[in-house]
Amino acid sequence: MKALAARRHHRFAPVVLLLLALLVTGGVYAALAPTPANAETASTEDIETGQKLFQANCATCHGPNAEGSDTAPSLVGVGAASVDFQVSTGRMPMQMDGPQAIQKPAQFDEEQTAQLAAYVASLGAGPAIPTDEQVDAELGDAANGAALFRTNCAMCHNAVGAGGALSEGKFAPPLWETSERNIYQAMLTGPQSMPVFNDATVTPEEKRDIITFLVDQREGSAGGLSLGSLGPVSEGLWAWIVGMGLLIGAAVWIGAKSS
Amino acid sequence: MSDNQNPRTPDGSQRELGHRDEHGVVGTFADPGLPEHRSRQADRDPEAAKRGERQVAALFGISVIGTIAALVVYFVIPPDGTTAGVRLSTLTLGVAIAFALLGIGLGAVHWAKVLMSDHEKVDERHPIASDEETRVAAVAELEAGVKDSGIARRGVLKGAVISALALFPLTIAVPLVGSVGGDWNVSKLKHTMWKRGMRLAIDPSGRPIKAADVTIGSVVHVIPDVPEEERQSHEWITEKAKAVVLLVRLDPRDIVSEQAPEGEDWSYDGIVAFSKICTHVGCPVALYEQQTHHLLCPCHQSTFDVADGAKVVFGPAKRPLPQLPITVDDEGYLVAQSDFHEPIGPSFWERLK
Repeated sequence: MKALAARRHHRFAPVVLLLLALLVTGGVYAALAPTPANAETASTEDIETGQKLFQANCATCHGPNAEGSDTAPSLVGVGAASVDFQVSTGRMPMQMDGPQAIQKPAQFDEEQTAQLAAYVASLGAGPAIPTDEQVDAELGDAANGAALFRTNCAMCHNAVGAGGALSEGKFAPPLWETSERNIYQAMLTGPQSMPVFNDATVTPEEKRDIITFLVDQREGSAGGLSLGSLGPVSEGLWAWIVGMGLLIGAAVWIGAKSS
Repeated sequence: MSDNQNPRTPDGSQRELGHRDEHGVVGTFADPGLPEHRSRQADRDPEAAKRGERQVAALFGISVIGTIAALVVYFVIPPDGTTAGVRLSTLTLGVAIAFALLGIGLGAVHWAKVLMSDHEKVDERHPIASDEETRVAAVAELEAGVKDSGIARRGVLKGAVISALALFPLTIAVPLVGSVGGDWNVSKLKHTMWKRGMRLAIDPSGRPIKAADVTIGSVVHVIPDVPEEERQSHEWITEKAKAVVLLVRLDPRDIVSEQAPEGEDWSYDGIVAFSKICTHVGCPVALYEQQTHHLLCPCHQSTFDVADGAKVVFGPAKRPLPQLPITVDDEGYLVAQSDFHEPIGPSFWERLK
C-alpha cells in the first residue's frame, strides 16, 4: 500500500486511473446489461445449413447477406422470432408481390425453419423464439388479457379476434387458428402492417394473458351462431334478408286463401 | 252480405279510369263489389274438412310436444358453465320453445283458414259525429256551467285561476332545466387533463413509459399518469375519454413534418404522440399500419399520416389529429410539455381554430 501511496503523484497516475475506471465501467456494464436474446443453442452447423437455405430461397429479395433491397427489408437484427413467425406461417417465402404477404402452408419443415432462424439470428441480436412456458395459455389471466386486447389489438383484430380490414387491400387476420407461439412472436416483432409491442410496453406476462384470452375464444360463442363475429354487417344482412324474408313469407301465407 | 252485387255507375254507363267529363269532373270509380264467393275443399268435401281438423290438431300436438321437450331439456341439460355446455343448453331449450309457440300460432291460423267460415261480410261505418240534438244539449250544459261559475263577471277569480294554472308547470320545468344547467361550461371541451410535466402511462396498466422502452415501430396506447384511486373515480372516465393518446416511434428520418411551430420540438427522438379521438366524429383512431405510418379510423376510414403531422390523407375528417407536445424528464420517462394546443375531437360550435 505504501508503494502505491508513494506513486499517487506520478505523472502517469491519472492515465492509469482513467484506464482502471473504464475497465470497471465496461465490466459492470457487461455483467449487468440485458443480454440480447438469441436462438437457443444453435450449432455452427445449423447456422451454415441455414445460410445455404437462405441463399437458395430468400436471397433473391433480401440480398445474399440479408442486407435487404428495394423490395425487401434487411433482416440483420430481426431475430429468430421474426423468422420463425414468417416462415412457419408460410408468409415467407412470399408467393407474389401484393399488399401483404398471405398465409399459406409452410414451405419448410420445423428443422429447416429453425436453421433459417439460427442463421438470421447469427447476423445480429434480435428477439428470440419464446419458450413453451411463455406461451402457455394455462398460466395466463384471461380477464386481464381481455382488457389488454381491447386496448391494444381489438381495433384491428376485432373484439374477439375475428380479424378485420385495413386500408388498400391490407387486413388484420383472424387469430382463432394462430398458434400460441405465433401470436407471441407477432406481438414481439410486429410483422408487416402490425406495430411492435415489445416487452416494455406489453410485458411477457401480459402477452401470455392475451394468449389465454385468445385461446379462450377458440371455443366460439355461447350464444350459438356468431355469423363470423363481424358485428352489424353480417347480423344486419341476416336480419334483413333471412328474418324479414321469413316474416314476409308468413304474412303471405296468413293472407292467402285456402284452396 | 252486400246488396251491391252488380256494380254500375249512376247513369249505367261504363267510365274509363281518370276520364274527365264536360264539366272537368274526374269520373268516379265503379264499385267493383265483392268477388264471387269461392267455396273451399273443406266446405265441399266432408273428408277434406276432417283432414283439416286432423292437421290443426297435429299442429297443436306439436306445440304440446315442444312444451314437454322444453321442460325435459330444462332439467336434463342445464348449462354446465363451459362455452359448449351453455351453447347446447340454450340451443335445445330455444328450439323446443320455438316448436311450442309455432305450433300454437300455425295451428290457430290453419284452423281459421281451413275450417272457420270464410264468407265475405260488409259492415257499414256509422258517422263519427253525434247527432244534432246531443250536440246542442252538450253546448247548453257547458254554457250553463260557465254562467253558474260567474267567471265572466268575477274578473279577479278569472285572473287567479289562470295565474295558478300558468305558474304550476314551473315546479317541473325549473328543476329539469336547472339540473342540466350545471354543465354549460363549454371551456371543458377546449382542454384535457394533460399539463406540463405529467408523465405518459400505458393504458390500461398505468405504468409510466420510458423513452428507451419504445422501440421503432412500437405503438403504445397512453393515458395520463394519475394515482390508482383517481383511475377508479367516476370523473376519470370523462377525463380519460378526452386525454387518450396514441404514441408511436418512427425512424426520425421518416418524419416529413410536425405540428410544432417554428423553434419548438413536440416530439422526442422520433417518438410522436397524437390524440386518439378522431377529428371527424370522435371515434378512437387506433388502427396503426407500421409500414405506411398510416393511422386509420375504424368508423369512417379517415386516414391520418403520422409521419406527416397526422395530416388527413383519406376520408371525411377535416383536420389533423392534435399533437401532444412531449419530452423526457430527468429519469428518462416521457412527459407532456403542455396540454394539447387546440381542442381535441370533432369540431364544435364554439371552436375557434
